[in-house]
Amino acid sequence: MVAHLLSLKWRLLLNGVRRSPAQLVGMAIGALYAFGAAAGLAVALVVLRWADVQTAHSAVVLGGAAAMLGWVLVPLLASAADMTLDPARFATSAIPMRQLLAGLALAGLIGLPGAATLVVALFTTVTWWRSVPAVGGALLGAVVGVLSCVVLSKVVTTATSSLAASRRFKDVSSIVIFVPLILMGPIFASVVQGVSRSTYYLPDLARTVSWTPLGAPWSIGGDLASGDVLAAIVKALISLATLGVLFVCWNALLKRALVTPPYSGGSGKRGGKLGLFGLFPATPTGAIAARSLSYWIRDPRYAASLLVIPLLPVIFLFQSAQAGSYSMLVILGPMGAFILAWSIAADVSYDNTAFALHLATGVRGVHDRLGRALACLSLAFPIVLIFAVGPFFLTGDWAWLPGILGLSFGVLFSGLGLSSIVSARYTSSVPLPGDSPFKKPPGNVAQTLAVQLGGMGVLLLLVVPEVVFVIVQAATGESAWGWVTLGIGLVLGPVLFATGIRIGGGWLDRRGPELFAQLIVNR
Amino acid sequence: MTHPHPDSPAVPPVPALALRGLAKRFGAKIAVDGINLDVPAGSFYGVVGPNGAGKTTTLSMATGLLRPDFGTAFIHGVDVWAKPLEAKKLMGILPDGVRLFDRLTGEQLVTYAGLLRGMDKEVVAQRVGELLEALDLGGDAGTLVVDYSAGMTKKIALASALIHAPRLLVLDEPFESVDPVSAANIRGILESYVASGGTVIVSSHVMDLVQRMCDHVAVVAAGRILAAGTVDELRGDASLEDRFVQLVGGGSRTEGLEWLRTF
Repeated sequence: MVAHLLSLKWRLLLNGVRRSPAQLVGMAIGALYAFGAAAGLAVALVVLRWADVQTAHSAVVLGGAAAMLGWVLVPLLASAADMTLDPARFATSAIPMRQLLAGLALAGLIGLPGAATLVVALFTTVTWWRSVPAVGGALLGAVVGVLSCVVLSKVVTTATSSLAASRRFKDVSSIVIFVPLILMGPIFASVVQGVSRSTYYLPDLARTVSWTPLGAPWSIGGDLASGDVLAAIVKALISLATLGVLFVCWNALLKRALVTPPYSGGSGKRGGKLGLFGLFPATPTGAIAARSLSYWIRDPRYAASLLVIPLLPVIFLFQSAQAGSYSMLVILGPMGAFILAWSIAADVSYDNTAFALHLATGVRGVHDRLGRALACLSLAFPIVLIFAVGPFFLTGDWAWLPGILGLSFGVLFSGLGLSSIVSARYTSSVPLPGDSPFKKPPGNVAQTLAVQLGGMGVLLLLVVPEVVFVIVQAATGESAWGWVTLGIGLVLGPVLFATGIRIGGGWLDRRGPELFAQLIVNR
Repeated sequence: MTHPHPDSPAVPPVPALALRGLAKRFGAKIAVDGINLDVPAGSFYGVVGPNGAGKTTTLSMATGLLRPDFGTAFIHGVDVWAKPLEAKKLMGILPDGVRLFDRLTGEQLVTYAGLLRGMDKEVVAQRVGELLEALDLGGDAGTLVVDYSAGMTKKIALASALIHAPRLLVLDEPFESVDPVSAANIRGILESYVASGGTVIVSSHVMDLVQRMCDHVAVVAAGRILAAGTVDELRGDASLEDRFVQLVGGGSRTEGLEWLRTF
């Protein structure tokens, strides 16, 4: 059965690539990247063979612990959880739980992240190529550590994706979980800073971490190399116990997830409330704006990105308080503008096949683009204004206000224009409607990355004029340049916005069916 | 639906839908292999075929959702692929297997469909109310579509396709997962629509339903039209189902599977 699951995963991986050339290219880029990263780390581990035991030990333990944290955080933060073998799909096939878990855990190693982690972990045996017990310990640690990584990430994703059965609860919880995750930066920073105040903090940190489940497996080889057999035995026990406990947790979570029946609809509600549709003008553009804005509030995938916004100032305030200077806060305006404007670059991908309604009704591309952009703008404009002006109440350096305002609105409007073009032409792989923002369909992640990074690069080019004059103001200290920036932002921004809407609308008119065909691939 | 269709067959009659040499391939697989078909105005036309015959692909190309590799489609003489906006005004479509904007309430979704077509606010409001009542969705008008059952979702999608009183309705699998009461309800609405001059095209693989409901039928298999005409012409003395199996071939293999009887 385990072998069956492994071959199924392998088959799914191959067939996923076979679906379209774009995915093959995406997979190749991803593989190249993973190979490069793995090769770099492997070389580093080989070099550590000649370092002194203390340094090598600290590096391996901290690196291993970081990898394990990565396996928890990346699926959550990048919403890239690997759902190719979603356990829910095996609910009806009567596979004994034990075999299902073993199979799914091993299958987690098939695929780029799993394979890369395994290879790098196995290279720790080279680092500890100093005595036979050390190599043996490193090998045991690597195997147990990598399995713990996979199972830990499965536990976290299972826990978050099956928090509750009801849609409403799912909606709320999938948004709320963002709060601690986003604030993790400040929390982590304060922990690190506390540690860094002590001298020789890295070896100390490594020593501490090596007694925790995160670091224990990666420490066994080092302890044996330095002759501390007792510590190695205890850490081996900690690692194995951790793996055992993780399996038990996963087992319990999965059992509950598999038997929890899907939530069936609530009681009926009479109509009569059109909500935002009553507020916007009764035109195609107005209707699309009303629909988009409803989604910003009701769809957890949008709401989650909206929730990031109020947390930004919290993070920046924390960092400024630590640095003792509030001058960094002025970046809030442009940054908020950037995040919000760019958030609609995958708008049509978020619609998924529901976009068929726009195609079937023959709504004009310009109306489609403008409606979506206006919905975003109606949220973004006040937020960006507050973010741009707010920091000056703390810094008091009001001479910078016009420049920052110009840059913020330049980024906002140019970004909305660019997003309108990007989402009319390119699809990204995003969580499906109704799925948690953490869940991501497998496939062309690299294409998504290329579109996103390429688009952001173009956006940087588009706001070069504003940026240049901000720099000029910083260099000369002449506040008049700030007013020039404001002027440019308020003229160039809207011009690029209108251009983006026109070009995007034209593309949508001409290539609507082709765009829809791309959406069906990601269905 | 009380919208009148006074322009009954003129001379010469322009078909409500005319497919001309439609073809589409996906990679190495030819999904639709040159389909020609005339759907007369005022007919209730069934498109039947086995799974994977190319029904959905054909209807998608006829309605402007999927660009054909060859050929085109005409809605009341308007070329779908040359003048898409004009053609789309004339038809209402219910595609199969696509999502809806399901974070809207039922009422909002149908309103949205109406406003997207540039309709007047008051007209939309009045029609939405009537449509929801007619489809027995009035009690759930304020519920989010994501919380609807499968059958209710089909019905709300149908309402979205009807809102602008189209002259041609293209419905892909409209009765899938719809309960018998709602199915009868939908059938009643469609029949009165046809009686007042509208044209309906439904795809289905429930032969009984097509035989009872439609006056014309086309049998599609492997991307080609095997037969097309009035239901009575096509089936002769046999039932439509028998004739269909005969046309498409296969189906009579009952040997094997002995183990299924041994438990």
